[in-house]
Amino acid sequence: MLQLISILMENKPGALMRVTGLLTARGYNIESLTVARTMDPQLSRMSIVVDIEPGEAGDKQRMQLIKQINKLINVLQASDLTESPAVRRELALVRVRSTMQNRTSILKEAEIFGARAVDSSVEGFVLEATGDSEKLDEFMDVMRSYGEIEVTRSGMVAVALEAKKLKLAPPVVREAEIETTDGVLK
Amino acid sequence: MSSLTSGAKIVLECLQREKVEIIFGYPGGVTLPLYDAMYDSPIKHVLVRHEQNAAFAAQGFARATGKVGVCCATSGPGATNLVTGLVDAMMDSIPIVALTGQVTSKLIGSDAFQEADTFGITRSATKHNFLVKNLADLPQAMHEAFHIASTGRPGPVLVDITKDVFQGQAHYAPVSTIHLPGYKVYTEGHAGQIRRAAQMIWEAKRPFVYAGGGIIAADASEELRALVELVDAPAVCTLMGLGGLPGTHSNFVSMPGMHGSYAANMGMTETDVLIALGVRFDDRVTGRLAAFAPHAKVIHVDIDPAEIGKIRTPEIPIVGDVKRVLKKLIAALEETAGELRGKNATSRAGWWGQIKEWQREHPYNAETSADEIKPQHLMAEIDRLSGGEAIVSSDVGQHQMWGAQFIRFNHPRLWINSGGLGSMGFGLPSAIGAQFARPDKLVFAIVGDGGFQMSIPELATIANHALPVKIIVMNNGYLGMVRQWQELFYNNRLSSVQLEGFPDPEKLAGAYGFKGRTVQSPRELRGALEAAVREPGPYLLNVRVTPFENVYPMVPAGGAINEMVLGAPQPVEA
Repeated sequence: MLQLISILMENKPGALMRVTGLLTARGYNIESLTVARTMDPQLSRMSIVVDIEPGEAGDKQRMQLIKQINKLINVLQASDLTESPAVRRELALVRVRSTMQNRTSILKEAEIFGARAVDSSVEGFVLEATGDSEKLDEFMDVMRSYGEIEVTRSGMVAVALEAKKLKLAPPVVREAEIETTDGVLK
Repeated sequence: MSSLTSGAKIVLECLQREKVEIIFGYPGGVTLPLYDAMYDSPIKHVLVRHEQNAAFAAQGFARATGKVGVCCATSGPGATNLVTGLVDAMMDSIPIVALTGQVTSKLIGSDAFQEADTFGITRSATKHNFLVKNLADLPQAMHEAFHIASTGRPGPVLVDITKDVFQGQAHYAPVSTIHLPGYKVYTEGHAGQIRRAAQMIWEAKRPFVYAGGGIIAADASEELRALVELVDAPAVCTLMGLGGLPGTHSNFVSMPGMHGSYAANMGMTETDVLIALGVRFDDRVTGRLAAFAPHAKVIHVDIDPAEIGKIRTPEIPIVGDVKRVLKKLIAALEETAGELRGKNATSRAGWWGQIKEWQREHPYNAETSADEIKPQHLMAEIDRLSGGEAIVSSDVGQHQMWGAQFIRFNHPRLWINSGGLGSMGFGLPSAIGAQFARPDKLVFAIVGDGGFQMSIPELATIANHALPVKIIVMNNGYLGMVRQWQELFYNNRLSSVQLEGFPDPEKLAGAYGFKGRTVQSPRELRGALEAAVREPGPYLLNVRVTPFENVYPMVPAGGAINEMVLGAPQPVEA
């Protein structure tokens, strides 16, 4: 089964590596991963889809993974959205080569899927489609029937429908003073 | 008044603010500015002979004191040589801070001389790491490193600092507040869960305490003792937890696991309430998981939420600092003692009877022979000399297991060994760190002939500082533990495990300016050990022991812990 994880993290060098490194080190397989800044430029939101075996062992793995990610110092919050109310979307850019005769039907078909043409040339179109992953899979199947296609998919992005309270650690005063100097070395 | 200070001096200033007194390290090209500043610093720098040993020595210091150990290495090979020591500290939750030099920030990524991606390489080897490319970020990173290393579940933190940061000049403003919004440490434990745990413990018929390295890390041995005495429960301490309960305490059963005692493993198997304190249900303790503590309800206390339910799902999970949780648990137990204490008195008396019987049936066997020194005999003699008070820094292998079985520790932080990672070459350098930390203590470095030969260069460090470490080589001429597995599981086809050509210890120690000798007669063993201890300086005692002795009891890999091989070699399916 696929586990969907949403991570709010500090936008610091190496932060992405910490998450992906953890996943690899603990034996998880990444299906997709997207990351971008949030409204606060110091923070990033990451959506990860991980392949997990179904059943009880998988449930344990899922929980373990969230706990391990939450341990990363740069991670403010990691949540499992697999079974939570959330909107999940993926974007695909599809280049379709087409003959002149097919052009109209390709556009009509795209319309059914809510996709739109973002580039058009004598060779064919580039179509932009968004939706859940299954819908995009179907869209690819349909487009493939018109000829050669090339696809770039964004991987899933998600937003939870219920805001989860963000618990943050407060600042800590680190009492460490030396008696001999006044903040300046002798 | 504020004058310009160099980055190198700021590093040392931050270390002083963190009350660091000693650094184990090895200089190099990009750390030249740091070492130049060190020339005037009150902080003592111990020059080791290999960076890996700097990390192990820092660990020895940390393990003996609970304070953060500090090691230092240059960029590239210096940093990569630290990696084993960092992973080792990670596995055993030991607080160390590693400082590494990095090439000038402008050269990063250009394959410069002695450049390595230290930040990337050590990501998974540390609890957290920093790459400091701007002098302005330096004090913050330094104090954050110490904070992260020493709080929560302790661990290693690395700070990689570019040469231009060391060389840069800045107005130094001390940092006293740090803010890591994502670093959450839960110390208190859930009050309701603690009450439930108290209830469950009083209602247990066969309670059993399983205490680990968390007890040592949290400085909770007094609380552990109070708990064990209050409920009169039998207790085991894991390899990492030895000394958490005094080795001579009447409730102490011994170490559990692959080479644990019969009573410890049977107790773990038959208990109905397992009180797991600062442990992580390591595979070397649990054996085959499906057969581990099959009748038990589990109370699991740990400061790391990810450890709870990772291996065994507990009935009562408690996330918190084990010292604080135990204090509250003891209070909760005392509150209900009047009402509940006597509840299962008969069953509990029977339980103790059973434990004692297991102990009588299969005690650890301190074998002796008139012709050769048995390893168990050696450890029993060291135990006698130590009286539960000496620091024993062990390497990895058979001697480590026999040491853990036969040497008793009456206090925490006396038994120092590489538990989780099992790094050969650990014991000698960690003894150096421990002896610097505790100059008042008798320190034994108990090493095998394999691990010793991985750390021979540090004899120079020991000699330079006249550290009175007693190096006891348990020399069986083999990589004993690997040989044991080859014997038992690979039809005794001994493949690349014989260590021929061990150097003459008298000449070897003599070459470094101290005394050494070989002992191989059981009659001379006691005298030789006593002479080593009497010697005011370092001493290298090479003890020739029976080459083909196996560590028992033994739970074969994948076996259940109650299915121990108790004695003489029997062929077992791999």
